[in-house]
Amino acid sequence: MSACDGCLRRTALVARLAPHVERARRDHRHICELLALSDDRLLAALAGDRRAVLERLHERFDPGVERARLLQAGLHAVCRHDADYPPRLEQAADAPAVLHVAGDPARLAALAGEDVPAVAVVGARRAGHDGLEVARGLGRGLAAAGVTVVSGMALGIDSAAHAGALEVGGPTLTVLASGADVPYPPSKRSLYRALVRTQAVISEMPAGFRPFKWCFPARNRTIAGLASLTIVVEAAERSGSLITAELAQELGRAVGAVPGSVLAPRAAGSNALLRDGALVIRHAQDALDEALGIGVATALPGRDPGELAPPLRALLARVEDGRDTVSALAETPAEAQQVLAGLAELELLGFLRRGPGGRYVRRV
Amino acid sequence: MLARVTTFAIDGLASRRVTVEVDLRRGLPAFTIVGRADAAVRESRERVHAALLNSDFAFPQRRITVNLAPAHLRKVGPGFDLATACGILAASEQLPATELECWAVFGELSLSGELRHCRGVLAVAEGARRAGLAGLIVPRECAREAALVDGLAVAGVASLPEVAAILRGGRPPEPPPAAPSNGAEAAEAPDLADVRGHAGAIRALTIAAAGAHNLLLSGPPGTGKTMLARRLVSVLPPLSREEAVTVTRIHSVAGLHTGGGLVQQRPLRAPHHTISPPGLVGGGTLPSPGEASLAHHGILFLDELSEFSRSSLEALRQPLEDGVVAIVRGQRTIVFPTRFQLIASTNPCPCGLAGSPRCRCSDGDLARHRRKLSGPLLDRMDLLVYMQRPTAEQLAAVAGTASADVRAAVHAARERQAARLAGTGVATNAELTPRLLREHVRADARAHAALQRSYADGELSARGHGRILRVARTIADLEGSARVRAAHVNEALGLRQEDVLEGALAA
Repeated sequence: MSACDGCLRRTALVARLAPHVERARRDHRHICELLALSDDRLLAALAGDRRAVLERLHERFDPGVERARLLQAGLHAVCRHDADYPPRLEQAADAPAVLHVAGDPARLAALAGEDVPAVAVVGARRAGHDGLEVARGLGRGLAAAGVTVVSGMALGIDSAAHAGALEVGGPTLTVLASGADVPYPPSKRSLYRALVRTQAVISEMPAGFRPFKWCFPARNRTIAGLASLTIVVEAAERSGSLITAELAQELGRAVGAVPGSVLAPRAAGSNALLRDGALVIRHAQDALDEALGIGVATALPGRDPGELAPPLRALLARVEDGRDTVSALAETPAEAQQVLAGLAELELLGFLRRGPGGRYVRRV
Repeated sequence: MLARVTTFAIDGLASRRVTVEVDLRRGLPAFTIVGRADAAVRESRERVHAALLNSDFAFPQRRITVNLAPAHLRKVGPGFDLATACGILAASEQLPATELECWAVFGELSLSGELRHCRGVLAVAEGARRAGLAGLIVPRECAREAALVDGLAVAGVASLPEVAAILRGGRPPEPPPAAPSNGAEAAEAPDLADVRGHAGAIRALTIAAAGAHNLLLSGPPGTGKTMLARRLVSVLPPLSREEAVTVTRIHSVAGLHTGGGLVQQRPLRAPHHTISPPGLVGGGTLPSPGEASLAHHGILFLDELSEFSRSSLEALRQPLEDGVVAIVRGQRTIVFPTRFQLIASTNPCPCGLAGSPRCRCSDGDLARHRRKLSGPLLDRMDLLVYMQRPTAEQLAAVAGTASADVRAAVHAARERQAARLAGTGVATNAELTPRLLREHVRADARAHAALQRSYADGELSARGHGRILRVARTIADLEGSARVRAAHVNEALGLRQEDVLEGALAA
């Protein structure tokens, strides 16, 4: 697994031009167009009056120095001309020249190889607790069936999908907008460490790179390119995950969305996708049927409430019915005592999760 | 002529003996006070002058020098007025000096010669007894407070002539009635019976009261967090005599105790979130107790925890950890006790609607809120309860729980704890150290398994594990169970605070 000098040089150029792209960008389509340009034309399009300086730097690029930097950062690079480059991604014209991998480089082939099915699960950073639960459930169900869960480790849905996949030990592939050695967002540092330790984190940007705004839609094209199916879990109108869906469509890949309430603005974008003909994804089984073919794999069965003692079963039914807080479930302190203990037990048994604001959510 | 009068200066929470020496000389009439006195003491010249004349005494037209000894101790406040006046009367032979030797005097004078209420009388009375004095003359309003000290004759007087009568050998006024026995009077704190709905929060409050656990209330604005916290006082066990004396002393020094007698009710202090660190833990050039000490043996309620400044919250660390705060000024260290129960309330997010679709906080807001809450203080919170607005039916329902019933249960649970923990130096489950936890908390096999499972799931930290055990022990105590059973551990888990940080940000 390696990267050729030309591709490393290209990556360094893109990183150096990053502030110029930030100034020039109009929308994600424009960014993808720019990234599909050859080195010379990219310089011509973006460098402006700094062109001479940047061209000189570009010519003097020393791949040996770059390789040393990568080694120091603990990253491995694979370029489009290498056999290990993910074949699905290669089909895209604007695909990254180099992928930098944090974690064991051998895992990239296992996570994104020719015959490894991969599904992208993306969505809002600020998602509702049921959206998060659905994303987690999708991550878990897909990974358990051996389908790689591709996402961007963003707050909210992305991280929930990764976390779900990690619950069953993967596979899951993370694509960052920053350098692969830079956990972004920083608050997801512990998730990042777990992902690097057992899975793989990749980025087209060189070591230590801190992302500009345009890097996120650019990262989304990689996510869309890696997956055969892209699922949007929750997206408001004008959400970045809709860009991922659009890019996936342009690549001829399937796009699905999880239906949300028609009244909820934060699901308006994903609902609009469904209106435009995206696949309806209700749970991991729907996603598996779509990615692998109907009946090829069966999602992990959810826990069966039938095995519960009758009082717990009744409590669970009331939570599912929408009485999802202690206040709504108990009228007296003595009842609260039973309810608190019951909810904790249901949580321990994996039926419920305590969400923000003390609301209990059914785990899927 | 020279006269000596004994009085006391407040120093931290104690008092120190001060001898007021008054010397009269021939010479141009003058009146000077020396001995590290602050402005209030120096102003006392004018008060003493007017009070003597208005009480039909003569003000000696001499050179008067008043020395407050020891000279190294800083003296503040108007409590030296009476001693200065008595000294001048004795030095000018308007009063016999002999009687003055067995009395300490303490009080502020008005221009008419009447005596005014003063701060710290209990501390002064304790000092007088320690100094072996036979009696203490104080303003009448403070007499009941001074009478809390046994073995000291307390004379409560209203004016300077009354003082003179006593010092001429007259009969002191009847000693003030003894302080009423503790706990007999019904607490006047608001009652839990006023609360509608909030069954879970009342249960958490009961557990917090029973084990002296710190409690965090989380919920949108206007759900009744403050209302509930104020009712905690009504279910706590009454102050013991010793505790009440300590609380009275602190409040008296701080000038909060004006009624006389013992403080009957556990204090509840609810400082505003703009409070400064010295305001919270005590401070000042001459250190005075802060809110944390005023809440000693009671409750410190921090409403809107995330609005408090970081430095204020950091300052609470030592008081929470050690139960005392040491304030160092120059070469001196003053220690204030700060053993309080901490109740805090917070919005789940800046707009308060976290978890509902209407929440409109940005990621930055949420992250900031989260950072504010994390840290050492949260680590000390044993219980977290989420509160929601009660429903219309709940509001219309009849009164649920009366404080008296809860108080009885709490009392019984506290007694069980005290019996079990006798000789260990701690009295409540909240104070259990990891070692004591191992010795005194026996969980049955199922309970152990429940705990083990959540610990293995990574849902509990090691510290969180200890918190759950402490709370589970209290729940078992409330039930009168010697062993901690699975149901107790489960309920404790239901009230755990561990994932308060997992706002809408966390996956």
